[in-house]
Amino acid sequence: MRIIDEAVLEDLALGAAVLGTGGGGDPYIGKLMARQAIRDYGPVELYTLDELDDDDLIVPTAMMGAPTVMVEKMPNGDDIVNAFQSVGKYIGKPVKATMSIEAGGLNSVVPIYCAARLGVPMVDCDGMGRAFPELQMVTHTIHGISSTPFAMSDERGNTVLMETISNLWTETFARSVTVNMGAMAMIALYAATAAQLREAAIPGTITLAEEIGKVVRRARLEEDEPVETIREAVGGYLIFKGKIGDVERRTEAGFAKGDAIIEGIDEYAGQKLQLSFQNEHLAARIDGEFKVTVPDLLAVLDVDTGEPITTEGLRYGFRVAIIAIPCAEKWRSPKGLEIVGPAYFGYDTEYVPVEETYGAD
Amino acid sequence: MRIGVDVGGTNTDAVLMDGANVISSTKTPTTANVSEGIAKALSTVIADSGIEAAAIDGVMIGTTHFTNAVVERKHLTPTACIRLGLPATVCLPPMVDWPDDLRDMVGGNSHLAHGGHEFDGREISAYQPDEVREIARKIRDAGLSAIAISSVFSPVNSTFEEQSAEIVRELIPDANITLSSEIGRIGLLERENAAIMNSCLRQLAARTVDGFKAALDELQITAPFYISQNDGTLMNADFAKEYPVLTFASGPTNSMRGAAFLSGLRDAIVVDVGGTTTDIGVLQHGFPRVAALAVDIGGVRTNFRMPDTYSIGLGGGSLIESDPLKVGPRSVGYELTEKALVFGGDILTATDVIVAGGSEDIGDAGAVSHLDASLVAAVQARIMEMITIAVDRMKTSATPVPVIVVGGGSILVTGAIEGASEIIKPDHFPVANAIGAAIAQVGGECDRIFSLAELSRDEALDQAKSEASNRAVNAGANADSIEIVDVEEVPLAYLPGNATRIMVKAIGDLVEA
Repeated sequence: MRIIDEAVLEDLALGAAVLGTGGGGDPYIGKLMARQAIRDYGPVELYTLDELDDDDLIVPTAMMGAPTVMVEKMPNGDDIVNAFQSVGKYIGKPVKATMSIEAGGLNSVVPIYCAARLGVPMVDCDGMGRAFPELQMVTHTIHGISSTPFAMSDERGNTVLMETISNLWTETFARSVTVNMGAMAMIALYAATAAQLREAAIPGTITLAEEIGKVVRRARLEEDEPVETIREAVGGYLIFKGKIGDVERRTEAGFAKGDAIIEGIDEYAGQKLQLSFQNEHLAARIDGEFKVTVPDLLAVLDVDTGEPITTEGLRYGFRVAIIAIPCAEKWRSPKGLEIVGPAYFGYDTEYVPVEETYGAD
Repeated sequence: MRIGVDVGGTNTDAVLMDGANVISSTKTPTTANVSEGIAKALSTVIADSGIEAAAIDGVMIGTTHFTNAVVERKHLTPTACIRLGLPATVCLPPMVDWPDDLRDMVGGNSHLAHGGHEFDGREISAYQPDEVREIARKIRDAGLSAIAISSVFSPVNSTFEEQSAEIVRELIPDANITLSSEIGRIGLLERENAAIMNSCLRQLAARTVDGFKAALDELQITAPFYISQNDGTLMNADFAKEYPVLTFASGPTNSMRGAAFLSGLRDAIVVDVGGTTTDIGVLQHGFPRVAALAVDIGGVRTNFRMPDTYSIGLGGGSLIESDPLKVGPRSVGYELTEKALVFGGDILTATDVIVAGGSEDIGDAGAVSHLDASLVAAVQARIMEMITIAVDRMKTSATPVPVIVVGGGSILVTGAIEGASEIIKPDHFPVANAIGAAIAQVGGECDRIFSLAELSRDEALDQAKSEASNRAVNAGANADSIEIVDVEEVPLAYLPGNATRIMVKAIGDLVEA
């Protein structure tokens, strides 16, 4: 068991931005919420899955909706508590802990608020190991864990509980209700026991985010090869360095999609990398050939400072380093690739693990 | 004739202009009492030009005074905040993200009330006038009269903020109230922070602006005077007393506007080379491009429009190390005229290398004649590389654009900049900032989310344009001269009903006195 205090929170939020692979929402609001709750109610205990009993029930908590709304209509705080407690009440068993469903971006830190408020622990794991745009894109889905009973609560005190036949249906209904709730809702979902999560969740991702955050913070202070330091900390591969050229953006079905062309510099001079994104960075093609795709992670970093660059932050002239990070092994199963592989996002290519492409040397 | 004044941290610059011509200019040290320095600069440019004070039509003043007050935690008035949005936003009350010392100084007196809107205009909860009345009583009883009022999605609908202001005024007749919708954009905490800062600066603003007026009176200048805003437009004295935060970062803006004027270009990159840093900004339609991200002022996040500038540690005073080759970021700064080799000092600076290269004749060229030609060439190449990369970073496409070089350190630019269609070093480059103040116009903007489910896109754009134009007229623009200079649409992810954020900026000439 470890303690999440204010200092840990700062590093965690910073690292979550790297794991957010360009999306996942700005952790700033979530971090402020968690910080305030830690100040008001005390720090949060973080348990590993191994420290929990098999039957311990864990209910993840998260924010869902439009990032633009989150920065304007912040939650009440009771809403997330309502969502969390509604699921426990419906199941009829005591809930031991909460966890993050998405270690990349905003939702890495949102459960800390809930945990501090209620004095429940948090578990060091998540369901993505990164950020993804849709609710069913979690390793729980691979292992047949249902997203329901699913609770979504607004600041008024409304809670909508649902049971669905699939996690994709939950995503569909949840989008509609979110709109009614003002394009933002606090949610609790994917209730599971510790025994189930040892199979289904990605362990250690909260600590991983914190470690990455520490490295980024230190690199900022020391200015000593931050990109290389981060690459080492995440166990990734430097696949490209270049200057952002054209950035083309479009909105399709409510998602911000686009492509950026990055022209190589230094040892990559003469090559072109096409970075495709939909809320998150999803695929990289070099000279027309797919090199890295989902579910592996693509972190786009400022070449000098190591600062992660979001999909909205991609701008002509930025000099960036692109690091590919192996995704959690669970995503590489046929079932995992069906949910978050290149085909799901409309890329006509087979998934090749980044280690196979870049690990040889 | 107009006089432009730029009050910086170190120098107060002034220029007297007749139409497009610079008649006289001066640089004097900034004084602790800002008005004294301004009076000195004004009397110098007037005396140098030989004109009568009565011939002056307007005085435009750019000042960093209010930014410094926040940064230095000085002259701030304790301010209460009322936020309308219950039951939303409870978990992050007003001033939650302020540094403790600043929050303590401003008082941390904040209140939440019902009201606020959803992104699509629905009410979050019913507005309750009695609740606001009760809060106003508490604020009055606490002895406060500086108040900021914010409401969730007030850029979409500001009714509740306005209604609350009326109620507060009933109870506190001399209340100094800032509505968040008058200042900031989407992003409640940042917009509210800016509103609170504005109210807590108003007393200082009133004193300062009155001080400017007294300085002008003493010099028998009867012409109206204006204060520069951070978007390159002007506000009149009364407006400046109301909205001091709008002066934040007006310095770099004035310098870029001055560069636009001196070069005659409306779309270009401006490279402002100082003693320690070089600031690069982008001119679009003659105005600085605005930063998209939150801006930190004295440790507080705000989101009102600020020029998008990128700074690198390169200037006339940058230290040079030869092995390995390094230019800056350390600098001798304002001590350049004592420490550089050409000025009899013993430190090798960027200025020394430029003199050794033969393109400039400053100080004692003999003091640098021993420098190795290959070092000189390498340093010059490095400087141009640094500038080229920074310029590239600020461009929006690969198309070559003109680059205007201003500032005292302009001599550092000796070569070509890749991606620049031309490099322009205009006359009067050291006082570009004061010139930028002198030539400013007035503007207004609209930035909010429109639901295209109810309006057509054209209707939404027209609404945004007329809102921006009305604001420009309210700020002192001649209605016949209004021009829409910027329209930006951003479709919003995850929002239904084709919600689109539309930002429009209008500018016009000052109504002549």
